[in-house]
Amino acid sequence: MEHEPTLSEIKKEYHGTLSAYITGFISSLVLTGISFSLVLTKVVEGKTLVYTLILLAIIQAFFQLLCFLHLGQEAKPRWESVIFWFMVLVLLIIVLGSLWIMSDLNDRVMNM
Amino acid sequence: MTIHHYDTVETFPDKRIPDPHQDAYSRSTLGFWIYLMTDCILFAALFVTYAVLKESTFGGPSSKDIFELKTAFIETMILLFSTVTCGMAVLAAVKGKMQSIRTWLGLSFLLGASFIFLELREFSHLVHEGFSWEKSAFLSSFFTLVGTHGFHVSVGLLWMAVMMAQISFCGVTVDTFRRLVLFSLFWHFLDLIWIFIFTFVYLLGVL
Repeated sequence: MEHEPTLSEIKKEYHGTLSAYITGFISSLVLTGISFSLVLTKVVEGKTLVYTLILLAIIQAFFQLLCFLHLGQEAKPRWESVIFWFMVLVLLIIVLGSLWIMSDLNDRVMNM
Repeated sequence: MTIHHYDTVETFPDKRIPDPHQDAYSRSTLGFWIYLMTDCILFAALFVTYAVLKESTFGGPSSKDIFELKTAFIETMILLFSTVTCGMAVLAAVKGKMQSIRTWLGLSFLLGASFIFLELREFSHLVHEGFSWEKSAFLSSFFTLVGTHGFHVSVGLLWMAVMMAQISFCGVTVDTFRRLVLFSLFWHFLDLIWIFIFTFVYLLGVL
């Protein structure tokens, strides 16, 4: 390519804004606070607490992905988003597959 | 010929060039993003190793015995503040304010360094009590997962120190701005990983 962008063109390509950072910061603060206070106060118990904590973590991750990492805000074709969702697919296969296989093996050993 | 590669709102106008990732800045950002995504896979593997080995304490301490929520909470807050101050540094660079870039980056560095300090203190405390990575499979996987994150943060600190010097000497140029943006992606990514560490390791660990 003969055309390399200048500094001001690059700056236009940057998607971060002050309001996005403030939104991300406050939502992370609130979600982290809820997670820790749920564990400390034990309002909900057992499996419900575990699933609530995992859900809160995933919500916070999405807030940070959108507000800090600018997911889905790049120019079309959205290569970053495509790569992200492919990564999520690989990640789910690795995590769920490993947990499934290892718990299955564990059960077999216990039965012996 | 004008290439509207920076135009993110409207559909790409020049049909002869099918995608916008053709200049050095876009190529670097895309490449770095791919690196971050592969790093996610690495951490996923470490997380699942930890989940599988969590109960294998081999007579040693379990996660309930060794984790303190207070330290984890302070570390979480420090990392969150550090990631926001890093974002503020990029916003200052967009406006070209040299002094506030230095202030925000310096703040981000200090917060990152205190995070590493707290983590190393926690690790050395565990090792002194005899709960090192040699004790059980659970502790091995714990030190590997949290240690890998800590190693990433340490590398980030080194990167930040080099970049602060570069920006001081060269000012905000095409190259230093690109490095600052890539660094902010790296730093935000580490905070993202930490969400899952404090949830899966610390919060679910003390239940």
